[in-house]
Amino acid sequence: MTGNNSTTRPKGAEFSRRDFLRSGAAVATATLAPGVTLIAFGGSQAQARADAGKRWGLLIDAGRCDPDCSACVTACSDENGWKDTGHPETDAQWIRKVTLKNKFTGHVSSAPVMCQHCEEPPCVDVCPTGASFKRVDGIVLVDKHTCIGCRYCMMACPFSARSFIHEPVNNQKTHAPRGQGTVESCTLCVHRVDNGGTPACVEACAATGNEAIIFGDLNDPTSDIAKRLAEYPTSSLRPDLALNPGVRYSNL
Amino acid sequence: MIRLVLLIALMFGAATALSAQERSSLWPEIPAATGAPHPEGNEYWRRNHMNLMRHDRDQTMRDGNREVEASLKGCFDCHAAADGEGTIVTYESDKHFCRSCHDFVAVKVDCFMCHRSTPEGVDETADEGADHAAILSPRQTLADIGDLVAYLKHSNRTLVVEAGQ
Repeated sequence: MTGNNSTTRPKGAEFSRRDFLRSGAAVATATLAPGVTLIAFGGSQAQARADAGKRWGLLIDAGRCDPDCSACVTACSDENGWKDTGHPETDAQWIRKVTLKNKFTGHVSSAPVMCQHCEEPPCVDVCPTGASFKRVDGIVLVDKHTCIGCRYCMMACPFSARSFIHEPVNNQKTHAPRGQGTVESCTLCVHRVDNGGTPACVEACAATGNEAIIFGDLNDPTSDIAKRLAEYPTSSLRPDLALNPGVRYSNL
Repeated sequence: MIRLVLLIALMFGAATALSAQERSSLWPEIPAATGAPHPEGNEYWRRNHMNLMRHDRDQTMRDGNREVEASLKGCFDCHAAADGEGTIVTYESDKHFCRSCHDFVAVKVDCFMCHRSTPEGVDETADEGADHAAILSPRQTLADIGDLVAYLKHSNRTLVVEAGQ
């Protein structure tokens, strides 16, 4: 009896609340609709949800990246709350600096490596629960509500971009929940992107004056990142795998 | 006869009053919230908060909709509970807003293994570590394992003795 009540009643209440909200939203859309988008007001790109027409990506210029600088790594750690727990082998690492040396010429280049936000992400292919997923705007995420911590995605990722959390966590950021027994990786600062911002690493790199990381919409030919990609030669990591990553590198 | 009926009625009334009093003393002590009350009413939220939060979490997580109504962050804007000394408590404490009811109905939630259980800016490490966020609760300490070993050794000896008899 009570079980029956609790399954039927909330649904009715839920619908009435949703309908109410929807009607409010419809009014807001109707007033905005005739040729006026939110972008028109003050240049903000804030929107109600992820836009399927966009493909967010990064362009990393290894030529401008200072081998001794790790501002992007520090900024990511501060922004998302992952840190050293005293277990260097297993600590989470959303972004790391990689130094490449050409043994023949001796040329050394440095660049950050993080989740490459592939168009064909192997981590999504192997996930048994659907926790690893790609948003319509190209950002690859882990839904920790459904992640069972099996770590298949970590095996599948050719860039070792994902980490497993071994220790209990507290003091998380509200925008970046993270906990023991789940897998995590770079979110492209999705909480900032959804509010029209840029990832923390991009901001930090620009603040150092190196400006080695550019963020933008790869699908928009007028965006800074798309223009540069069209103008200069760039490459992706492991192009042989044909994953078409959203993160691109130049001067590597 | 009337006196007897009155007496019975009085006794019955007293018993009812007593049971009502007992019930109220067993009821969970829900910490008072700040801010404007829910327009839908508390009864609605008590019954539906889990559905609302699950629905909206998928909207935020999967669709990138950041303008949702129900969120844990939103809960703690008003429902941050403090202990007797005015310190905001984490889920570790039974004074925590969520626990005040969840302990009562014996429903353990795992939200706070990943989400913070206080408003942003509160130092959660001040509240005796992250034990509520551990998968195994309570965590096994070396002392526990020592006890276990001692127990196994003891029972093993008993078994050997029994087998020898």
